[in-house]
Amino acid sequence: MLGLNRKDSGLFLLVICLTALAPFLLNPFPEGSELAQFNAGYPDLMQRFMIFGIFAIGFNILFGLTGYLSFGHAAFLGVGSYAGVWMMKLLTVNVVPAIIMSVIVAGLFSLIVGFISLRRSGIYFSILTLAFAQMSFALAYSVLTPITNGETGLQLSLNDPRILGISQTVDGSIPAANFFGIEMRDSLELAMGGWLFTFNAGYYLAAIVMLISFYIAIRIFRSPFGMMLRAVKSNQQRMSYTGLNTRPYALTAFVISGMYAGLAGGLMVAMDPLAGAERMYWTASGEVVLMTILGGAGTLLGPIIGASAIKYFENIFSKINDTVLHGWFSFMPDGLQDFVVAIIHPFIGKGWHLTLGLMFMLVVIFLPGGLMEGINRLRIWFGKRINGRQQTPDHAPATSS
Amino acid sequence: MSKFHISRRGLLKGSAVAGIGLAAPTIFTSKAWASFTNEPKGDSVTLGFNVPQSGVYADEGADQLRALRLAVEHLNGEGDGGMMGTFSSKALKGNGILGKKVEFVTGDTQTKTDAARASARSMIEKDGAVMITGGSSSGPAVAVQALCQEAGVIFMAGLTHANDTTGKDRRRNGFRHFFNSYMSGAALAPVLASAYGKDRNAYYLTADYNWGYTTEQAISEATEGVGWTTVNKVLTPLGAGDFSSYIAPVLQSGADVLVLVHYGGDMVNSLTNAVQFGLRDAQANGKNFEIVVPLYSRLMAKGAGANVKGIFGSTNWHWSLPDEGSKAFTRSFGTKYGVPPSQAAHTVYCQALLYADAVERAGSFNPCGVVEALEDFEFDGLGNGPTLYRAEDHQCFKDVLVVKGKENPANEFDLLEIVEKTPVDQVTYPHDHPQFAGGALGACNAGS
Repeated sequence: MLGLNRKDSGLFLLVICLTALAPFLLNPFPEGSELAQFNAGYPDLMQRFMIFGIFAIGFNILFGLTGYLSFGHAAFLGVGSYAGVWMMKLLTVNVVPAIIMSVIVAGLFSLIVGFISLRRSGIYFSILTLAFAQMSFALAYSVLTPITNGETGLQLSLNDPRILGISQTVDGSIPAANFFGIEMRDSLELAMGGWLFTFNAGYYLAAIVMLISFYIAIRIFRSPFGMMLRAVKSNQQRMSYTGLNTRPYALTAFVISGMYAGLAGGLMVAMDPLAGAERMYWTASGEVVLMTILGGAGTLLGPIIGASAIKYFENIFSKINDTVLHGWFSFMPDGLQDFVVAIIHPFIGKGWHLTLGLMFMLVVIFLPGGLMEGINRLRIWFGKRINGRQQTPDHAPATSS
Repeated sequence: MSKFHISRRGLLKGSAVAGIGLAAPTIFTSKAWASFTNEPKGDSVTLGFNVPQSGVYADEGADQLRALRLAVEHLNGEGDGGMMGTFSSKALKGNGILGKKVEFVTGDTQTKTDAARASARSMIEKDGAVMITGGSSSGPAVAVQALCQEAGVIFMAGLTHANDTTGKDRRRNGFRHFFNSYMSGAALAPVLASAYGKDRNAYYLTADYNWGYTTEQAISEATEGVGWTTVNKVLTPLGAGDFSSYIAPVLQSGADVLVLVHYGGDMVNSLTNAVQFGLRDAQANGKNFEIVVPLYSRLMAKGAGANVKGIFGSTNWHWSLPDEGSKAFTRSFGTKYGVPPSQAAHTVYCQALLYADAVERAGSFNPCGVVEALEDFEFDGLGNGPTLYRAEDHQCFKDVLVVKGKENPANEFDLLEIVEKTPVDQVTYPHDHPQFAGGALGACNAGS
């Protein structure tokens, strides 16, 4: 299908099904039940899954294939966001020009950063990219306040020109971000019994863009170009000795992943037209590294899984507070209830970082290949059991990466 | 490709599942069918409390959450009722809001615009909040206010002191009870002039973000109005921790007053550094060197300890105020938590009550009705004396307190003494004053 081999087609179809059905899959608990706290099927979080999925897929093209660990990718996401908001301020609130502009600007910026940073490799490369990102953050946060609006963040206002659109609607409000008239905020709600499923226009736009990005990533992974990138990772020196100049390949990968980051930034402002400087901070760059490693660097699906896992923790665990806990354990006697709540307390609410950290440690220690390795191990385990029952000769399925 | 085998059994099973699937949807609606965003349908209504639980303003956030829990109790008719008894409007009956029990969800703004918006969005989209309140910084306040405008819910700003919240970034769905930078400047300048003289040279250390800029501008314009000169303005990064490198050059600059435009943990650190450098005992231009902190809070005074003694600043409210409202609030807060409330706690408590009262008076949770009920609303009994919610910019106008660090505190909470209650007329400004120009409220948005 679409020039993919059978295994990749299967994977791609699986991702299509998962994203299309996400509003159902992420809302497994009925509204109003105690467990509804864990539902993730609301537009904001679903959009984040897709957007950070794109960000991590792009990062993985650089890190997973060439092994160059960039610690400054959030800068491209931020630059893309600012470009996107400016398009919506100056041109139109249709999200298409904003997204396209985000990709272009982030691509150009990553070309400059990559050209300089790729003169070094290893830790020096990481430090250079980190320095660029922190410089961009400082510029956006304070120095370039007229362009970026500093700490408050750049947002739309009633007196923006918007040459191709309208400055304000007839009733005097800021027009909503839309895709040729379909507002990103629009949702269709489906109530079935106790369940409520939300189908959001913005989510489906983000999902389609994510699927296209995912498809392109598969093609890059399977192409001769992808093979060259893997060669850069395995032994760059040997490649140079055979007379190949590796730098153009690494730079291309760097720019592609920068454009992915810009795309993610553009989508972020398409869903929520505000660009803040914090999304360029070094912790944001570190987050995408975590996402990729947590999911499985160098695998196709891993980055998406890692991104979703981290965003889930950030948005769901951070909102559980003591009142909610007391509700859960209300069946216990008072003293025991307080004790249990006191034990769990550090891991929820603002302590979600701690939970995430523990999970990250466990994954890195026991599943060095990330969550994807866990999934593969499970597949092999189930495969063995089924094979065992059918009493077929013991040929363990080859590990797929 | 594998072949599909359709057995009779499989077909029956499949069609049964499909039949259930088709029959099950009881309602299939677009959000456009509801009359406004998150219209409460059941017997309860959800409010969203979006406060900083981590970061430099975590103390303020924790205190706000305490006050908001107290407000929910009082609205639902539990506890002693707090300021509901002293509030001039008697629409609230202690049976929730419009007979619906008040419930709440909390979120962490992390004092970052992105995080604050994400948290507010999830409250609106997932938990169905009809109103968002809380917050202890102007950046997130402005961002969340814009979000609430887009989504069609009411935003009752928490502690946000920058002019922009009700200036160039004002929105129809957003309201601010807290005072602002301009008011601080207008209230402080005359007091400073009478205490320190009209011939002073001021040096500004300013937190490098929106609130810092507008406060620095407001204070410098107001003090220049009484004859002071501005020597230098230096921006410092938020959350710097150590300010010694910024304070070292101050004494050589020819300044004799240092204005610390810092808040929260930053102010505690910069003031401590300034005292360590001996600025308070220093002489400059033949006068005693003085330090001013434009925006004070009790939590900061506690953090800075003895260093605040005798230092002037302004505040929105203080628990030692003698009026009935303040006494009632301090009593019920103190009974529940064992400490007196801070100004951050007071402002969000007032906001929650004002919102609930506006809904009662409007007779509906519809944001446009609430906006109408709050605009040009005059009230009293919430601790600040007679107050007006101005329609043009949704800013509250009330007396401003000029305070000073107490020389001999009676206990660990008694850290600030009220120097002057600046009357509201002295801090009132036209809504298109240059410091506030460039904004427009737009239309109210009830969402779809």
